[in-house]
Amino acid sequence: MSRLQRFLKRTWQDFYLVLILIFLYAPIATMMVLSFNSSKSRTQWGGFTLRWYMDMFSSRNIMAALHNTLLIAFLSALIATVIGVTACIAINSMKAVPKAIVMGITNIPMLNADIVTGISLMLAFIAFGISLGFQTILISHITFNIPYVILSVMPKLKQTSRSTYEAAMDLGAGPVYAFFKVVFPDILPGVLSGFLLAFTMSLDDFIITHFTKGAGINTLSTLIYSEVRRGIRPSMYALSTVIFLAVLLLLIITNFVPRRKEEK
Amino acid sequence: MSKKLLAGPYLVWMAGFIIIPLALIVYYGLTDRNGIFTIANVASIAEPEHVKALWLSLLLSLISTVVCLILAYPLAMILRNRGIGRGSFIVFIFILPMWMNFLLRTMAWQTLLEKNGVINGILSLLHLPNQNLINTAGAIILGMVYNFLPFMVLPIYNVLCKIDDDTINAARDLGANPVQTLLRIWFPLSVPGVISGITMVFVPALTTFVISNLLGGSKILLIGNVIEQEFTRGSNWHLGSGLSLVLMIFILISMAVIAKYDKNGEGSAF
Amino acid sequence: MSQPLIDLKNITKSFDGTVVLDDLNLSVAENTFVTLLGPSGCGKTTTLRIIGGFESADKGQVIFDGEDISKLPPNKRQLNTVFQKYALFSHMNIAENIAFGLKIKGKSKAYIQDKIKYALKLVNLDGYENRSVSSLSGGQQQRIAIARAIVNEPRVLLLDEPLGALDLKLRQDMQYELIRLKNELGITFIYVTHDQEEALTMSDTIVVMNQGYIQQMGTPEQIYNEPENAFVADFIGESNIVSGTMIRDELVEIFGARFACVDKGFGNNQPVDVVIRPEDIDLVDPIAGTLTGVCTHLIFKGVHYEMEVTTPDGFEWLVHSTDMCPVGKEVGIHVDPFDIQIMNKPASEDEEAVGVNE
Repeated sequence: MSRLQRFLKRTWQDFYLVLILIFLYAPIATMMVLSFNSSKSRTQWGGFTLRWYMDMFSSRNIMAALHNTLLIAFLSALIATVIGVTACIAINSMKAVPKAIVMGITNIPMLNADIVTGISLMLAFIAFGISLGFQTILISHITFNIPYVILSVMPKLKQTSRSTYEAAMDLGAGPVYAFFKVVFPDILPGVLSGFLLAFTMSLDDFIITHFTKGAGINTLSTLIYSEVRRGIRPSMYALSTVIFLAVLLLLIITNFVPRRKEEK
Repeated sequence: MSKKLLAGPYLVWMAGFIIIPLALIVYYGLTDRNGIFTIANVASIAEPEHVKALWLSLLLSLISTVVCLILAYPLAMILRNRGIGRGSFIVFIFILPMWMNFLLRTMAWQTLLEKNGVINGILSLLHLPNQNLINTAGAIILGMVYNFLPFMVLPIYNVLCKIDDDTINAARDLGANPVQTLLRIWFPLSVPGVISGITMVFVPALTTFVISNLLGGSKILLIGNVIEQEFTRGSNWHLGSGLSLVLMIFILISMAVIAKYDKNGEGSAF
Repeated sequence: MSQPLIDLKNITKSFDGTVVLDDLNLSVAENTFVTLLGPSGCGKTTTLRIIGGFESADKGQVIFDGEDISKLPPNKRQLNTVFQKYALFSHMNIAENIAFGLKIKGKSKAYIQDKIKYALKLVNLDGYENRSVSSLSGGQQQRIAIARAIVNEPRVLLLDEPLGALDLKLRQDMQYELIRLKNELGITFIYVTHDQEEALTMSDTIVVMNQGYIQQMGTPEQIYNEPENAFVADFIGESNIVSGTMIRDELVEIFGARFACVDKGFGNNQPVDVVIRPEDIDLVDPIAGTLTGVCTHLIFKGVHYEMEVTTPDGFEWLVHSTDMCPVGKEVGIHVDPFDIQIMNKPASEDEEAVGVNE
């Protein structure tokens, strides 16, 4: 291939990448710009303002929803991680057939449509007599988070050789001590990424929360949904900007900081 | 033995919050308000308005999936061939919007497409006639493509990264030109990722009610909207469950297709 | 010599500012087994990839049968490659893999069937047509990779460390197999390896490379017995490399002792490097030795004993012999004149690298 052809190919590819980037980020950028626009119009620039941010931070609804969202994300990720890790250890020592059955059921919430999962949980809560509210959102989030934890931890657990655990036992460690001293450090990266994945999934969920939340409580997702249906207020743009930057920061930290350490 | 006991909490949880809930949907779906067995709820999918909603859902989600595939494949190919590592920042920025709140992403398009939205605002500044963009099937497809594109890119990119450079070199060495290499080597080897991407886009697109609600207005009803309304407006849970069962059958079929093509789980996105 | 089949002219290549090949010239005659040998990073694989068309040189030309093919893509070159990790197409069965190149060329079904049969027979895997790639062992996969390349009747077969992933026994078997194949097919093999034993066993010509330069080119015997510089001597087999002084033609002084040799033309009283292979050192009675020392190390290696003899100046001579000398015993060192190889001392590192290119 001649230099010219290669140059043209590369230019064409760059053009395509830029086009997709514009498609992905133009809507987000638009919201960011509008969040600083003092005019409520979407096409007129009325000057720079932080008013919408003030509105957002002083809105009780938004702050309560933020509080719920973070609390549910943290608790559901934590509980899902504990249940998921213990489940992994147990599943790993199971025979092939029960293992396949358990893993098959584990995959259901991940592969099933969110709307079906949400509806089925709602029906169950009502059948069990659990009133819809914070606790049902939490249980639902734990339920759809566990598979992500298992998915992250299982491969690490399989890699960890049985013999190191047995060697620790051979050297006099009890099973619990051997697990925490030998196996756990090996699977820790998987546990952490499972926790983070669960945390993000919980933050992002709307559909399942929508069906299981009941009246009187909101997470950010459900709040945005009800607000947007009534017409978008500029404080929503401020909220979007804050969430986007927070997600960006979180992902940069989790994706790039640990990798640098490994490289050293 | 103590290891097996560790499974206890999870097994209880699974039974209580995965199996029983699904069983309840089956129960509600196959009974009427008096608890008597009936297939009327499931059969109601054949009613014209439901058929129309299901048909539209299938059509729109299919179009979105195809558009995502057409956009994502070259993108994944370029990213892979640039030889940038899997964890690199460039790959990261193409996947990033996936983690942004789904509703905010949809809201962004509402802002752009609305009657007095950004695009129409720009059109009138240019003295061009306003366009009716929102509340159309096109707006719904756009919203689906925008929301689910990263879910198509990621599995395809992952599977392409696993193809060894020398496999491609070998095809070229044996006389294949770039087009033959694409059709006979790249594409067949990336099938698991493509299949995985297709289901990751198709299932949520097929069952969505949010995108159709925010970008399609109240006039365009997808099967997801029909089901959601049966529950949230409290009209008929039995009917809603029956329709959910139909939806699950469609999902099961697509899962069977994945299982067939993606035996090794090579194409999984995470 | 007749016109070479492949002629590399002034090939220069760098990656990210690091020069990998610097003004490399290499001619390969038709129907020979040429091995590019060197440590990793010496540029041998890059050279092969430039011939194959997977890399393009920054400068220089690749001449194939008198024609400049530098700009041709790999699919338009009359040569085929066997890759290090086989690079078989995992979505095709064995027959489809072998048929790939022929189908691209639009050959008839009957012709392709014949060729598959013939190629499988040639690599001793008859009847494997419908097997999947993953059901084959590493050695079998490598044979299929060879079969897939040779059905296209290339005039040159490029092999990039094809045996690197195999275990020792299989590697030795495959070495004989490759020699047999080359003789049966009558085509040119260009073979890349870092394994000197492999190179010595199979090649008609060995090209020793280091840091992007050709260090020496010759028959296996020449490379082993008459290394032209310390790098080649050190890289090929084990050797004792010591500083010495050429007193006059056919006489060299090492550590004050004078050894008769067969080399001439280095001038009088010139500093030189002297190479003596461990198996060429005879341990004799101290009185009969040219140098004397004490045995300081002894290991039984099966075929021979490996010993270290330390002479009073502190140099440890590596000696291979079937006769054992116990540790602590004083011995004499004797070397036959034709077993001593004299080399010019390099004036600098750079000269060592360029030296033999002239």
